[in-house]
Amino acid sequence: MVEEAPVAAAAPILSVKDLEISYGGQKALSGVNLEILENEIFGIIGPANAGKTSFLKAINRMDIFTPGMQVRGDITFAGHNVKHLKNVYALRSAIGVVFPLPVGLPMTIYDNVALAPRLRGVKSKVDLDIIVEHCLARAALWDEVKDRLNSLGSLLSGGQQQRLTIARALSQEPILLMLDEFSIAVDPVTTMRIEDVLKELKQEMTIILVTNLVQQANRLADRTAFFLEGSCVEINDTQSLFCGGATDQRTTDYIEGRFG
Amino acid sequence: MNHPVTTDFDRRDRDWYMDKLVQLVVFVSGISAIVFVIGIFIFITKEGMGFILDTMDPVEFFTSPYWEPSDEDAPEYGILALIAGTASVTGLALLVSIPFSLGAAVFIGEFSTGKTREFLKILIELLAAIPSVVWGFIGLTIMNPLIIDIFDVPVGLSVLNAGIILGLMTAPIMTSIAEDALKAVPDRYREAAEAMGATRWQVIFKVVFPAAKNGLLGAVLLGVGRGFGETMAVLLATGHSVNIPHSIFDPVRALTATIAAELGETAVGSDHYQALFTIGIFLFAITFIINLTADLVVRGVRNG
Repeated sequence: MVEEAPVAAAAPILSVKDLEISYGGQKALSGVNLEILENEIFGIIGPANAGKTSFLKAINRMDIFTPGMQVRGDITFAGHNVKHLKNVYALRSAIGVVFPLPVGLPMTIYDNVALAPRLRGVKSKVDLDIIVEHCLARAALWDEVKDRLNSLGSLLSGGQQQRLTIARALSQEPILLMLDEFSIAVDPVTTMRIEDVLKELKQEMTIILVTNLVQQANRLADRTAFFLEGSCVEINDTQSLFCGGATDQRTTDYIEGRFG
Repeated sequence: MNHPVTTDFDRRDRDWYMDKLVQLVVFVSGISAIVFVIGIFIFITKEGMGFILDTMDPVEFFTSPYWEPSDEDAPEYGILALIAGTASVTGLALLVSIPFSLGAAVFIGEFSTGKTREFLKILIELLAAIPSVVWGFIGLTIMNPLIIDIFDVPVGLSVLNAGIILGLMTAPIMTSIAEDALKAVPDRYREAAEAMGATRWQVIFKVVFPAAKNGLLGAVLLGVGRGFGETMAVLLATGHSVNIPHSIFDPVRALTATIAAELGETAVGSDHYQALFTIGIFLFAITFIINLTADLVVRGVRNG
């Protein structure tokens, strides 16, 4: 990591202009304009079908493999317009993603976490050992699996697989980490442990946290966006959002659970 | 770390070029398969074309039951009896193989566990690998006297004999595909149904079968395709006489068996030779339609 002057901490790592996403002509998200700053945790809250997951998919160009998905507008990540860059795989390896349902790949726990480093060319066993232990420890999974790193990752329990997925995302050493409702399959105690880790990780990377737990956004996010029915209703400081400073009545209603 | 993440998203590295290369190789192999199929089609069409254009009377070809190509004065080229032979044998074969293979697939996929399951699966694969001439031989030497004894009929080489042989032949393949279809149904469907108090039979019939419906239908259709195309076993077990069957004890002759038996004795380019290739075109078209249907069914024509 290159440490720059403190001023750089406020530079946007990701900026989104007039983003519009549709599936086969059906609009899923439109009119999104936002900037995400380096080393912040950016929370996105909102009910189902708000377009949160589509937003994440557009950022790392998953639309390439999603038939019918169309993305308009400009997404600029680390100085590159993601639509025009020449090597989409390089973009994806710089962005870690954790999907809502845990996906333990059908290989050993060790290989799950060592996959990304190996893909980018780390060969030495010593280096890999260090990365694997480090990432598993950060995902609060090391203590549970350290004695059976050679058993299958797909055989772990749901919550363990979710943490394995997080460890795998961390092993990419991403610049941006996108978590999509990561706590769905994780128990509250573990969730808290992972949340603590995220607060630390913020020193090293930018985090987008999509969550349907409003309080989780409150605990973690520096700023929070509220998505509703395919549009971004409001972006605000999490603090002011949760202390009655929301500018849109719908946001207040959603946060206070008086919705619909 | 020695290998930091790059933010140069325009740099095309070795992996990127490798990816493109693999895409190209896969594309070429995929295309070549299509080229071969088209090549075969062009070849048999070319060989049979002269007959279709000059000699053939399409109405007579499909509706006449007389296949007498070696008659020197007035050769007859009617394949109705041959179609009837192939259809009756295939139909009976399906009656035999569908219950057998579905039952076997359910037993292997849903009821047996551990070693039994592994053993049965290996056995099924082994059965599928028996050469068809061996099946034909069984029909000729075992089934034939058996049928004569049991049913008290003069000949044992008949629709019944070939149907049973062909049914037993196709059953392992259908079992194998049907079992794959059942295995593709996620366990959580079964658990959800079991948790509601459904018996195992109810789970299989109400949840697993509907979920695996496409795969099971595909298995049956592939069995049909196999039946149409099978040559050696039906050549030996049908009795090989041109005849529209009136009962399952009548001997018949199949389309494929006709080609196999006669092609070697015809002069290249003669009417008879070309007529046989026309049968080939017909078979090709039928198998193509069946396989295409099977494929569409397996994929579940949801968007169609």
